[in-house]
Amino acid sequence: MRGAKSAKWVAIAAVVALGATACGGGNDDGDSKAAADPNGKFSVEVGEPQHPLQPANTMESNGSIVIKSLFSGLVDYDSSGKIVMVNAQSVDTKDNKTFTVKLKSGWKFHDGTPVTATSYVKAWNWAASPANKQTNSFWFSDIQGYDDVAPAKGKAKADTMSGLKVVDDNTFTITLSKPIPYFVYKLGYEVFDPLPESFYKDPKAAGEHPVGNGPYKFVSWQHNKQIEVAKYDGYKGPNAAKNGGVVFKNYSKLETAYQDLKSGNLDVMRQVAPRDLPVYKQDLGDRAVDQSYSAIQTIAVAFYTKQWKDIDPKVLQGLSMAIDRDTITKTVLQGTREPATGWVAKGVLGYQPDAAGDITKYDPAKAKALIKEGGGVPGNKISIQYNADGGHKEWVEAVCGSITKATGVKCTGDSKPDFQSDTNARDNKQVKSLYRSGWVLDYPFISNFIRDLFGTKSDGNQGGFSNKKVDDLIAKADAAGTLEESEKLYQQVEKELVNYMPSIPLWYYKVNAGYSEKVSGVKYAQDGDPILTGIQVKK
Amino acid sequence: MGRYVARRLLQMIPVFIGTTLLIFLMVYALPGDPVRGLFGDKGADPAVLKALRHEYGLDQPVLVQYWHYMKDMVLHLDFGTEIASGRPVTEILGDAFPVTLRLAGMAFAIEAVLGIVLGVISGMRAGKAVDTVILVVTLLLISIPIFVLGYIFQTVFAFKLNLLDPSVSDATDYSQLLMPAIVLASVSLAYVARLTRTSVAENLRADYMRTAIAKGLPRRRVVGVHLMRNSLIPVVTFLGTDLGALMGGAIVTEGIFNIHGVGGTIYQAIIRREGTTLVGLVTILVLVYLFCSLIVDLLYAVLDPRIRYA
Repeated sequence: MRGAKSAKWVAIAAVVALGATACGGGNDDGDSKAAADPNGKFSVEVGEPQHPLQPANTMESNGSIVIKSLFSGLVDYDSSGKIVMVNAQSVDTKDNKTFTVKLKSGWKFHDGTPVTATSYVKAWNWAASPANKQTNSFWFSDIQGYDDVAPAKGKAKADTMSGLKVVDDNTFTITLSKPIPYFVYKLGYEVFDPLPESFYKDPKAAGEHPVGNGPYKFVSWQHNKQIEVAKYDGYKGPNAAKNGGVVFKNYSKLETAYQDLKSGNLDVMRQVAPRDLPVYKQDLGDRAVDQSYSAIQTIAVAFYTKQWKDIDPKVLQGLSMAIDRDTITKTVLQGTREPATGWVAKGVLGYQPDAAGDITKYDPAKAKALIKEGGGVPGNKISIQYNADGGHKEWVEAVCGSITKATGVKCTGDSKPDFQSDTNARDNKQVKSLYRSGWVLDYPFISNFIRDLFGTKSDGNQGGFSNKKVDDLIAKADAAGTLEESEKLYQQVEKELVNYMPSIPLWYYKVNAGYSEKVSGVKYAQDGDPILTGIQVKK
Repeated sequence: MGRYVARRLLQMIPVFIGTTLLIFLMVYALPGDPVRGLFGDKGADPAVLKALRHEYGLDQPVLVQYWHYMKDMVLHLDFGTEIASGRPVTEILGDAFPVTLRLAGMAFAIEAVLGIVLGVISGMRAGKAVDTVILVVTLLLISIPIFVLGYIFQTVFAFKLNLLDPSVSDATDYSQLLMPAIVLASVSLAYVARLTRTSVAENLRADYMRTAIAKGLPRRRVVGVHLMRNSLIPVVTFLGTDLGALMGGAIVTEGIFNIHGVGGTIYQAIIRREGTTLVGLVTILVLVYLFCSLIVDLLYAVLDPRIRYA
């Protein structure tokens, strides 16, 4: 009678579930100040995560929003870019090279095992090893001994990084290969989350049913349909959930999600589709969200091409001044972007307004003069490469039109069918002239927008920009004694960039989203995602 | 008859090998690489890249990759694993196909029944008012793009009248699948109706029809047996190929109604260069097509006594 038995359990579970949610209907009095229901669940629109749910294996937004709900790292940041301690009691350093991490005691994973120093050290070593094929492994490359674990060529000499040492249950030390004053900022990224012992028995299964230490515990993942997480009652962090849990609903089209939001089948959206932008503020009223987040769109230069190899930066300054950012963001982009005034996005520690000075202001006459002074654009023709599946075509054409109108330089869009072909061309150094580049913050410190993009050896530097002076300035900023000093030096680097023009800043991204009448307290963080734990569900 | 079927089944083998190889080569020829694609805008650690490429056999020549893939598929029914998610492709197929099967089944039933009924009515009354009305309606359905129709249905039936759900949240619930199935069926329905009408109108004047009426058979039998059987041959041909097309998933319709079936899965696999997933999906579709066309050919013999397979 197995069937009968399981049916009985289902029935019991259903009764319990009904009791727990108190059958939310029936008392809908339309009162907007209705009391919050601490056990209420709400839904968020999210696509299918690309990877298994392993913290060091997730680098796209669909997976990372789920990982962030299930795992808590050592530190996090507030909306101004300041560090907040989460699982760490303190992270101290005397020389910016060796960091002593003390954990808050009494933390537990969702399976009841304690979170200790070993949970962190072992997890980082596991993720850094190429044998485990974690896509974010290079994040550990600042730590001493990473090159022995993951050498670029040949066999690994060690399976653990010599820079990580467990002192006792609640203390461990991190030694870097060279001092980095803002290393604590990097620790906020998901890749540095701890893992429970059960993870290593079967990492693959753990990716399907993750056990974390975060504000929510995992309930279920129905592929291509939804992921459900529930509030973890034993959570000791500062960001405990104010709701009963989250359902991440999978939508393949934002338009459909928006229809569901209007009809109350969905509670929170992360981004409204272009089709609905003109009407979403009328539709949603004060439930429409419009705020900037820390991401920037630029036109990067392929410095390895004949055209730009020995270019006078004045030419690029001229091209930059020929772009009418105000008009394009208002018309073509329907107000979803904000004209950039520098290379660093808002909400990042070290952001300074107007860092690039005049070169982001539209001035056709000056643009023409500068290009002439710099010896003109070689071939008097440029193209901007972009991926056709990302909705970039319209603004690329507008930018091109703006440049041609102001300076007479011929400009065309160089469309690649999808993002894969686009990155492929960049990797193989096949970009013909210029290309579209976007950058969303990894950690809210200014170096992420400068060192990680314009350093000669940086991963994000795909245009082959290389300048000894800029590299020296970056090295100097990295060697600063304190965070504040490093921030100041980096701000100087940003001011310097005008004289080298590694890329042309265009605009900052904005979150254009909304939420249903069922929820309140919906705020969005610097990475553009809603802060799930703070959302309250009305009774 | 038996020999004919056996010969047809044997002919499937080269077709099957040819199509899978073609798809495999096409995915391989596209620029971009699934492993590099996992890293997006950021650079990747070369050691990890190498390890991943090796695990999925992407560092071998393409024909060797194809050979291993087909060997596993035929001998162990192992369709490989998807690179990004690390899930077995059989599991992904198991998620997508039942959904599409339900949707396609409903759409197919709607278009076959409604299409043939409308076609017979207008064929029997060729040139009369009813015929003209059905002609206008079917032409309208053929000329409206499916995404327009989908959004119109959504707006009218879900938002204005609140009769149906705007999108599908549970793909096992047939009432939610009704609206997308109608949208999906609409264009084919029009074709079925047109084909049936022409065929019926033509066969009405055939000699055997006159004979049947002269023999004094009841009208029901004249129309239902003698007229219908012969008129359905072109319709069955169309329906057979259309069933294959429906099984291939409808990317647009699935997207509008948030159905996670074969269409969306194929689209994602192409975008991410997931060769294994794509070949797995297409393999199943090729088999479906081959069987559909075989059944259509056998149905000819059932429908028209003049056709015999030796």
